[in-house]
Amino acid sequence: MKQDQLLISVKDLRTYFFLDEGTVRAVDGVDFNIWYGQTLGVVGESGCGKSVTARSILRIVPRPGRIVSGEITLYRKCDRSPSLRGENPSQQIEEIKLTDLDPTGREMCSIRGTEIALVPQEPMASLSPVHSIGNQIAEVIMLHQRVDKHTARARTIEMLELVGFPKPKERVDSLPHQLSGGLRQRAVIAMALCCHPSLLIADEPTTALDVTTEAQILRLLRNLQSELGMAIMYITHNLGVVAQMCEDVIVMYMGRVVEETSVDALFHSPLHPYTQALLRSIPRLGQKTRERRRLESIRGTVPDPYAIPKGCSFHPRCHQRIRGVCDQQEPPYVEVEPGHKVRCLLYQP
Amino acid sequence: MFAYIVRRVLIMIPTLILISIVSFTALQLPPGDYLTSYAAQLRTMGEQVDEEALNSLRERYGMGQPIYVQYWKWVSGIITRGDWGQSMEWQKPVKELIWERLGLTVALAVFSLLISWGIAIPMGVYSATHQYSIPDYLMSAFSFLGVGVPAFLWALIIMYFAQTKLGINVGGLFSEKYINAPWTWDKFVDMLKHLWIPGLIVAIENTAGELRTTRANLLDELNKPYVELARAKGLSERKLLWKYPVRVAMNPFFSTVGWSLANRISSITLMSIVLSLQTTGPMQLRALMSQDMYLAGSFLLLLSALTVVGTLISDILLAWVDPRIRLEA
Repeated sequence: MKQDQLLISVKDLRTYFFLDEGTVRAVDGVDFNIWYGQTLGVVGESGCGKSVTARSILRIVPRPGRIVSGEITLYRKCDRSPSLRGENPSQQIEEIKLTDLDPTGREMCSIRGTEIALVPQEPMASLSPVHSIGNQIAEVIMLHQRVDKHTARARTIEMLELVGFPKPKERVDSLPHQLSGGLRQRAVIAMALCCHPSLLIADEPTTALDVTTEAQILRLLRNLQSELGMAIMYITHNLGVVAQMCEDVIVMYMGRVVEETSVDALFHSPLHPYTQALLRSIPRLGQKTRERRRLESIRGTVPDPYAIPKGCSFHPRCHQRIRGVCDQQEPPYVEVEPGHKVRCLLYQP
Repeated sequence: MFAYIVRRVLIMIPTLILISIVSFTALQLPPGDYLTSYAAQLRTMGEQVDEEALNSLRERYGMGQPIYVQYWKWVSGIITRGDWGQSMEWQKPVKELIWERLGLTVALAVFSLLISWGIAIPMGVYSATHQYSIPDYLMSAFSFLGVGVPAFLWALIIMYFAQTKLGINVGGLFSEKYINAPWTWDKFVDMLKHLWIPGLIVAIENTAGELRTTRANLLDELNKPYVELARAKGLSERKLLWKYPVRVAMNPFFSTVGWSLANRISSITLMSIVLSLQTTGPMQLRALMSQDMYLAGSFLLLLSALTVVGTLISDILLAWVDPRIRLEA
């Protein structure tokens, strides 16, 4: 559950990719916060900058991309040993500006995997094909917890058990290709959780899986969260998953956050025309035959990243655009209600 | 794994039989035999050819007999007595001629393989991880030069500079006093001193290609999600680079050890002629030209056998580094 302590704050993050064809502004001014224990959904179409935002937080943006401006701050609880937690309730909070760190430096490496962990999209491609899963999990434990091989292996088996891996003792030495997609993803989750991170970034962790396995993995993540109490940044384009998993949601479009709200408000009173259009494009079960209508899709396509429209980047596809305003002015980010922000000229005070 | 190796060794047997048949037949294909070319050679020198002596020699070597009879005599001699036949040109048993040269050739091939891996892998890794940097361009230029300039030309250039500027005699594999001496530790050390120049020359040609292979393979691997996940786990760049993508990028090296060695043996032939090294190449070439068929055939068979064994070694190596292959076997 969401706590009062801020975990990550992202301020005006801009991550650009400098390609021969021009500059792609994959993330172009993103602001949001993640609190301890919170589940934040990040929703948007392919290429809207969700994954790049996640990689910016981890400082693993691939070349030729780089963070050009903005600030990412991690609020680390200094005392993380559970034995002392009871005696010392006022934990020290250490502020670390991740954007100031050397992405390949020692401090950033010690934050990755321990404070912030990643569960990537494709469990097959995300595991080395020539190392056993046990080797790949134990490696993280040995790296961050400074234990010997034997202890690391025992902990690896514990972790596999925790994520519901059948027969972990026998299968700890399996190679990725010997496992099903669901088991591989469980192994990746075990790997991410083995150092008890404060934030788990799940980048479409179920996209490559079938629906049944997806449901199992989602249930697993929810259970693990209530058990371990970490925050989850859940990146997806599936609004159904958002409804199941998240407390709060940010909606991204063309490298910007266009709406930030609680999950209830997202489904009951979405403000941004893009969010509204997204919700209209979901088929609903149990609709009465009389009300049967064609399923709407958002008209047009995502603009060319080299030719971002002037004004609001969504205006060419927007039903409610105001001619002469939306195609001229940059929309401001306004807080319409407490905790409900939207970037749209319709809500300009 | 053991069953896999045993099976592979068993498969080698029919392969070798087939190779011996093909090489023996190929040697018989040109018209005439050693004695006709010998006689022709004598005639051009204006000497008298004694037909009767030729016929008795033909009888002795079994040359009038059908091919399969000759083949059977040769092969059964090898298997039962280790007798590889008689070299007609050298008037010596083949086995006395080939082993030392074969040993030197293999030593040279393995030595050059190690040199070129030792250079190509670190340079290729650097090149891929620093793509489009100045050292990357320099290494690319070097590798194009290496691929483009044939080894024998390098041999000539290096020989020229070593001789005129450094005053080192680079021809041959031994100092004069050791050439006909029996094998001793001093002779071995002397060989190593001479081996590095031809080893390096053969290596240059192959290093260039291997550098490009390493670079290209590694560039493919570097952006794979498993590398990104390794980075997200908090591994340092150097550690994750050598553990994951380099390991996968090395697979082609292991899978090509076999014919990579065979290739080197061919490059060594040309270079040995230029540098006058006592390897198999020059002797085999002469044996082929004079139709000294048992000598030529034995070389062909042994070098093919080496390739087959090399392939086996590379398969075992590959199964060792890539568990996906191990399990399918």
